[in-house]
Amino acid sequence: MLLEVEDLRVHYGKIEAIRGISIAVDEGEIVTLIGANGAGKTTTLKTLSGLRRVTSGSVRFAGEDITGVAGHKRVTLGICQAPEGRGIFPGMTVMENLDMGTYARKSPDHAADLDRVLTLFPRLAERRKQSGGTLSGGEQQMLAIGRAMMARPRLLLLDEPSMGLAPLIVQQIFQILKEINDQGTTILLVEQNATQALQLSDRAYVLETGSVIKSAPAAELLDDPSVREAYLGGAAAH
Amino acid sequence: MTGTFAGQGSRFALPDVMGRVGGLWDKAPWYARYLAYALLIAFAFALPSETIGSFMTPQADWPSVLFYPIGVYVLLAIGLNVVVGQAGLLDLGFVAFFAIGAYALAIFATNNGWNFWEALPVGIIIAMAAGVILGSPTLRLRGDYLAIVTLGFGEIIRITANNLDWTGGPRGISPIPYPPSVEGFEIGDVEPLKYGVLDARPYYYLLLVFIILTIILVKRLEKSRVGRSWAAIREDEDAAELMGVPTFKFKIVAFIIGAAIGGLAGVVFGSQTTSITPVNFPFILSALILCAVVLGGSGNLVGVIVGAFLIAWLPERFREFADYRMLVFGAALVLMMIVRPEGLIPSRRRRAELAEGTGGLGALGGEAGAATAQHVHADVLTPAGGHPDGGHPDGDHADGSRPDGSRPDGTGGATVATDREADR
Repeated sequence: MLLEVEDLRVHYGKIEAIRGISIAVDEGEIVTLIGANGAGKTTTLKTLSGLRRVTSGSVRFAGEDITGVAGHKRVTLGICQAPEGRGIFPGMTVMENLDMGTYARKSPDHAADLDRVLTLFPRLAERRKQSGGTLSGGEQQMLAIGRAMMARPRLLLLDEPSMGLAPLIVQQIFQILKEINDQGTTILLVEQNATQALQLSDRAYVLETGSVIKSAPAAELLDDPSVREAYLGGAAAH
Repeated sequence: MTGTFAGQGSRFALPDVMGRVGGLWDKAPWYARYLAYALLIAFAFALPSETIGSFMTPQADWPSVLFYPIGVYVLLAIGLNVVVGQAGLLDLGFVAFFAIGAYALAIFATNNGWNFWEALPVGIIIAMAAGVILGSPTLRLRGDYLAIVTLGFGEIIRITANNLDWTGGPRGISPIPYPPSVEGFEIGDVEPLKYGVLDARPYYYLLLVFIILTIILVKRLEKSRVGRSWAAIREDEDAAELMGVPTFKFKIVAFIIGAAIGGLAGVVFGSQTTSITPVNFPFILSALILCAVVLGGSGNLVGVIVGAFLIAWLPERFREFADYRMLVFGAALVLMMIVRPEGLIPSRRRRAELAEGTGGLGALGGEAGAATAQHVHADVLTPAGGHPDGGHPDGDHADGSRPDGSRPDGTGGATVATDREADR
């Protein structure tokens, strides 16, 4: 297992946001966490990337216990998150943003990574000198993913990459995620809008008020009537 | 949202002029830039002349005003700009470091007989230590909370100085010795190394040298990995951490460097005034320096210097309007922030950050017009309003400062005091 999370508990003040979550992600997989607003998806992801402190439980990455490792050190280990709300640097140009992805790496040569990212996202190549803040929503999401890829992560964490985007753009982005995964990067995805995420994923966990209530192969969840009812826009017939 | 990106934040034609100057500057060959630097420095050294002074401050001794408030404000603003403009941390208690520098000089000079040059590094180091002490517990806070805690810190330093015996209580410390002079060295009608009561010019030159050195230091930092880390933290702290920036460490570094510059300003200030009291370090001074930074263009060194100059000089220039000048000054500041929220001379980055923060995104930047034509389908489909407001608590608008409460009364003489601040 590349990532093993065991009985994770996280508090916001006195409120327990994550109540004993256990999840696992294997090398090469795409795994999705689905759930409603407030289910704890984003908190889980933030905890995995080190932005949130753990109350109890453990996080192991590639066999190593990283529960207490600071966020900025996890990039070096191979975990990189494209943050929620596209979290790009609005005042930096596209190139400067991508360059920030290599911040933690010691080797000075990033030409190959840049090539790869610009091939995945040709739009970014066209926009290279433009400020991040002036990009469209879809382009910002691409930039956030591209920037994370510049860090050469083994595990890519994505927080709602479809948020606020038109269906066509979402489709494009999911296609690219598939490509990234095919090239060998493991992906853990958080999605509220779950249909497309499930179609992309190998496995998924369903979160409700801070706990995992279901865990199954993605295809199975797509057919599960209770999941369809709750997360896939009603129990429409096949 | 239509319109080009450059016009987004402001409603006046001024930014385009500044943009053009900036463009020229970027394209200029290195020797042209160095020539410009040399001319600027020469001009700064010639500034205390009587001809210029008779226009700038007809009612006060121009070299004295140039030293304080103008020079001191400029140095303080450069220091605060590191914290607010570069790292994006809202510090409302910056005057604390200024006070620490001044008190360090005063105490070591009067108790231990140290001269200016001996007290200078110690004053700076103590201010830096204070930066660590203030920073390490508070820099985990963000935005408004950080502002409140730093505000408290500024008051704690002042009130402590007011209540302790070894800081002289409300009466402060005097006399603080002048820096050691070098006699017999004369250029024109000035003895630039003779520090005394009558001529403020030597102090101005001393301060000017420190300002130039500080500018060089700050510029170098800005272009280094440290500067890049600060920019990332300022624009999105979480994203910076996710990219591997040790955000906490670099925030502390920003605080320490800001504190060092504040402390430096304090030591130099103390050496000229001969007497300091807690009244010299009111909250309103922190607010004014913050005003200077925001008014000039947070993050842009030239803008910040111009901002500090205006904040310090305008009230002195319009002294004849007596009590109304602060009213006008306050109104001018408010007006300024309405029509040009990004400051007089903003940096390119800052403008973009501000545009993002207000959600006023033209999905297409002006420069990209041609390139985007073929992608119209995608841009049309992208909901332009779908931006979660990038509402990071940036320092920009949070200065609820009321500049009309202050009276930097320090003109003619050696003693400078803001007399309004009630003692406690």
